[in-house]
Amino acid sequence: MATNRRDFIKISALGAGALAITKPVFGWLPDFMKNKEPMDDSKAKRFPTYCEICFWKCAGWAYTNEQGELWKIEGNEDDLHSNGRFCPRGTGGVGMYYDDDRLKTPLIRETVDGVQRYRKASWDEALSFIAKRMQEISEKWGPESIALFSHGSGGAYFGHLLKAFGSASITAPSYAQCRGPREVAFNVTFGSQLGSPEPLDIRDTQCLVLIGSHLGENMHNGQVQEMSQAIDKGATIITVDPRFSTAASKSKYWLPIKPATDIALLLAWIHVIIYEELYDKEYVEQNTIGFEQLKAHVKNNTPEWAYGITTIKPDLIRKSAYEMAKASPSVIVHPGRHVTWYGDDTQRMRGVAILNALLGAWGRRGGFYIPEKFKLPKFPGPKYPKPKKTKSDAHQGKYNLADTFLSNGICEASTINIERDFTYKAWFINGTNLIETLPDKKLTEAALNQLELVVVIDTMPMAITGYADVVLPECTYLERYDEIRVSPHRIPQMALRMPAAEPRWDCKPAEWMARQLAHKVGLSEYFNYESHEELLDWQLRQVGSSLEEMKVVGVKSFDREFDDLYFREGEVPQFNTNSGKIELYSTELEREGFDPMPVYTKHPEPPAGFYRLIYGRAPMHTFSRTANNPNLTDLMDENKIWINPKVAKQWGLKNEQPIWLENQDGVVSSFPIKVRVTERIRWDSVYMVHGFGHSNKQLTRAYGRGASDTQMITNVMVDPIMGGTGMRGNFVTFHVEKPSSKEEVAL
Amino acid sequence: MKEELFISGRANLNIDPVLHIWHWQIPVYLFLGGLAAGLLFFASLYTVLGKEDKYKTAVRIAPVIAPFALVLGLFALFLDLKHKLFFWQLYTTIRLDSPMSWGAWTLMVVTPLSFVWVALHIKDFFPRWDWKFKLVIQLEAWLQKNKQGLAWIILIFSIILGVYTGILLSAFNARPLWNTSILGPLFLVSGLSTGAASIMWLSKDAKERKLFSQIDLMLIAVELFFIIHLFMGFLASTEVQIEAAKYFLGGQFTFSFWVFVVGIGLIVPASLEIIELSGRHIPVAIPAALILFGGIIFRFIMVEAGQVTRYLY
Amino acid sequence: MRYAMAIDTLKCVGCSDCVVACQTENNVPIGYCRDWIVEAVDGTYPQLEIELRSERCNHCDNSPCVRACPTGASHYKEGGIVAVYHNECIGCGACIQSCPYDARYSHPEGYVDKCTFCYHRVEKGQKPACVSVCPTNCMYFGDLDDENSDVSRMLKTRKYKVLAPEAGTKPMVYYLI
Repeated sequence: MATNRRDFIKISALGAGALAITKPVFGWLPDFMKNKEPMDDSKAKRFPTYCEICFWKCAGWAYTNEQGELWKIEGNEDDLHSNGRFCPRGTGGVGMYYDDDRLKTPLIRETVDGVQRYRKASWDEALSFIAKRMQEISEKWGPESIALFSHGSGGAYFGHLLKAFGSASITAPSYAQCRGPREVAFNVTFGSQLGSPEPLDIRDTQCLVLIGSHLGENMHNGQVQEMSQAIDKGATIITVDPRFSTAASKSKYWLPIKPATDIALLLAWIHVIIYEELYDKEYVEQNTIGFEQLKAHVKNNTPEWAYGITTIKPDLIRKSAYEMAKASPSVIVHPGRHVTWYGDDTQRMRGVAILNALLGAWGRRGGFYIPEKFKLPKFPGPKYPKPKKTKSDAHQGKYNLADTFLSNGICEASTINIERDFTYKAWFINGTNLIETLPDKKLTEAALNQLELVVVIDTMPMAITGYADVVLPECTYLERYDEIRVSPHRIPQMALRMPAAEPRWDCKPAEWMARQLAHKVGLSEYFNYESHEELLDWQLRQVGSSLEEMKVVGVKSFDREFDDLYFREGEVPQFNTNSGKIELYSTELEREGFDPMPVYTKHPEPPAGFYRLIYGRAPMHTFSRTANNPNLTDLMDENKIWINPKVAKQWGLKNEQPIWLENQDGVVSSFPIKVRVTERIRWDSVYMVHGFGHSNKQLTRAYGRGASDTQMITNVMVDPIMGGTGMRGNFVTFHVEKPSSKEEVAL
Repeated sequence: MKEELFISGRANLNIDPVLHIWHWQIPVYLFLGGLAAGLLFFASLYTVLGKEDKYKTAVRIAPVIAPFALVLGLFALFLDLKHKLFFWQLYTTIRLDSPMSWGAWTLMVVTPLSFVWVALHIKDFFPRWDWKFKLVIQLEAWLQKNKQGLAWIILIFSIILGVYTGILLSAFNARPLWNTSILGPLFLVSGLSTGAASIMWLSKDAKERKLFSQIDLMLIAVELFFIIHLFMGFLASTEVQIEAAKYFLGGQFTFSFWVFVVGIGLIVPASLEIIELSGRHIPVAIPAALILFGGIIFRFIMVEAGQVTRYLY
Repeated sequence: MRYAMAIDTLKCVGCSDCVVACQTENNVPIGYCRDWIVEAVDGTYPQLEIELRSERCNHCDNSPCVRACPTGASHYKEGGIVAVYHNECIGCGACIQSCPYDARYSHPEGYVDKCTFCYHRVEKGQKPACVSVCPTNCMYFGDLDDENSDVSRMLKTRKYKVLAPEAGTKPMVYYLI
């Protein structure tokens, strides 16, 4: 039997010999007769940090008790991302540190008697192994054949290393699997990407429109907080969702849309707003181009037309449009975050952008504010060499509007293909579980199989870890320094992350790993400092602060240097588009050969006995990465499949009953998932929370709990504009017993 | 469709998904307490009535079980405690609001008294028993002289003990099944019935056996009346109590309650006793054992089912 | 002084931050909780309603648990906070049986544990951990006797309810509806 060059290796209890620390019970007193008093704040120490459980990066304080053990994490009151209040995942961040299933030592793949397994290695050995392999690959294929996938702070240092080495192939799945279409759509419309956190002035809005965004279930902390403030101030919320989301339950209007028809609804809204002359006339006249073309374009897209497609009553479409117009310009049609649904996502996001433009929301109070960007100077070092290959080589000339390497593009360009003269040979993977993140697992596995080096840098043994040649155990964000957080917001702010506890086992920060590797491959001049503290202190001193100061304050704010938060009265703003105006009619899309204005196209519907798989998030988890966190699994330890009572009755399904899912391509879920019979989901769809059904046994709390939606996503609809991977065109059916005959994806 | 679910938290051991904080220890404790109450009640009653010699088993033989039952019961209660090293805290305070405190103190009084009662009759078992110490001999003589007074005290405390085994449960307003004042008398009667059955079983005197058989029949009748009344009360009460009653009227405890407790534990032994009283010979052990069996199952089911019932909001 | 809490069900998104913040603040063991979230759904698609409630000990004015306790371990603190002295608790379970809200649990170390309204924070003028972490700011805590406290103001202006009022416990956690 031929084995893959890269068999999946289950990380066994290697390194488990180290002393297992369980969460200490504070307040334990040897004198058992004494009452157990609660922990006293005044005896605690606190260390500034910013959260790494999601990309929102809230700044806060990590507290340790008298014994120096990590106790709790709270928000930093000065921080604009969190306003002193962490979300459940951030609060539960201590669980990430206390998780005994963490990676503990470096591991190297070896083959003994034909069986592949991991063996423990020293840091020096592991890093030397990588350095040697990197140099061999560089000689044979060029340095640009090494790529980095990163969804974590550590990526910055490996990115720096790769750039110094001669490769620019750095990617994050958060683009093509998540928010890419929205960035492109807003860029071609307003000449500005949204970035993170999005410049949404939710706290002052009078009308918040959520289309497929489930704020409250996705805990984008600042936005959830501002949504709550908006509710307090009496703002109207309009939610478009086939599922009665938490946000829908807070809404004045819920539009229970038939999935995959959002563009029809957007066009109908645009129609109502234009033809009933509800748009911000002055704003549109002054700042936009293409209004007449747009008006002609949506002429026939009446609410009655949309009703037949979306199943939303014309009256409801009109009323919700009036509500937006009434609030204009203090209105936000929320751009969403994970928007890669049906492959025409950039166009759908264009619809959202156009609607915001018509309502005059961009640059207005209660709409989109103008964020203040802020950068720290780079530590002095030589210039990066110019890479010989660029993203256009990786994407074979496609997706020109994407401004970054695409994860799936690199994945594709890693498989052998004679039509392409360039193939990736090595992957560094930091903080992202590509197996669960990239759709089309078979392609990912095919790519992994032909690579000459796979390095996984992570804290947890995720599914991807088993594909590595070398596994480097990264310490958690609570045990390390990282880059100073500088992100765009209402005012510029920077935040420090410093270690609150000693690294457990033999874990190291990514910065240290990258620096050591640089020394080994002869790139020391790019890391010309002795310690991470020295680097950070130098950077901070350039902006008039210091590491010492930041250790005390955690977060430091600056005044805005330019602009107001909103356009000034009488100001004629310049937009960074081809025309210098907001482009209702996109000249950029036209030039690239795409529809300059969004067009509704019909998407496939589920065949009989199948239901559209809709996935989403739970407030207690960040994708699949928190599924083993003891505190967070305590809140939610498995996902369930939401099924409408009518459907459940048809199938004879009961609450809590475990069922297996099978998708349109015959893929059966590895694990059963429990049923939740609920009115909150349409009869033509099912819903499950993403990030469960882990197949790695080393994740003792996550293994086999619930099912993986990613496994069911085998039909990927690629957005021709920017390469985004649409994942909502998958349909599942149910099995009450585990089906045996069908093809099963081996894990 | 209505849904009400915990979306996080609430996986507390023995609390969720259904309350199950009391296991076998409490029903055993309640049974043994009830049995001891019954035994001591009849012993003291017939002493007070001056029929000590007529009903020798009731007054002199059967009560020997009481101290053992009480000690075992207390031990079961101790096993139920989850913070055992702090057991003594029970006796640092008297809390009249708390049936648990009440019971602890009642047992503190009844258990020594039961030992004293057995000691006073020890010569029935060991005719050549010698107390050896002068002081003890004097004390015994004094107690023998004041046996009537002692009997009165035991009579009162045995009733308190019997009622207490029911009140321990009925004081919990939060458990709809227990939240009925009929539980006190019901447990008392049930306890007396198990006591009477034990006396009947131990007695070698036909007259005494017949008396306790008759007493038992009467107690069973009263018990059945209380049980019917209990469910009538529930069904005429609030939603949560109707829900509670449903566990016994079609729900998960229907079979075990009506077959084991009412059928095998009450109606079958009652029928056997009627047959016996009508002249046909039935070994006395059978109805007596069935009554004891019914008594213990009754307490298991009440404790178990009560924890399942809860407030809905 | 009478401490109370008001929780706005219209703002709560059920994120469970209160649950995990309580767990870390009070070192509640993994697998246990002092507070929890209930989601109540009513209606038929698409006419639906959801009520989200963060629930915990109600610190009742007429606490059955304090009455049920045989040792006095369960007691009222200043401001009516219901708490347990761990070193007086024998773990008999009577208080657990007596609570209509199932708000108490048996700590693995043997004693009974429950929400304390974070009196160790309240004493210092801080808010309970759950209140101060809530991202939607949907929880209000304060003194009912002080008519300017957050909680008094909310109860004055908003419609509210308590849980299982028929149990007669006079709960001090109010739900704004």
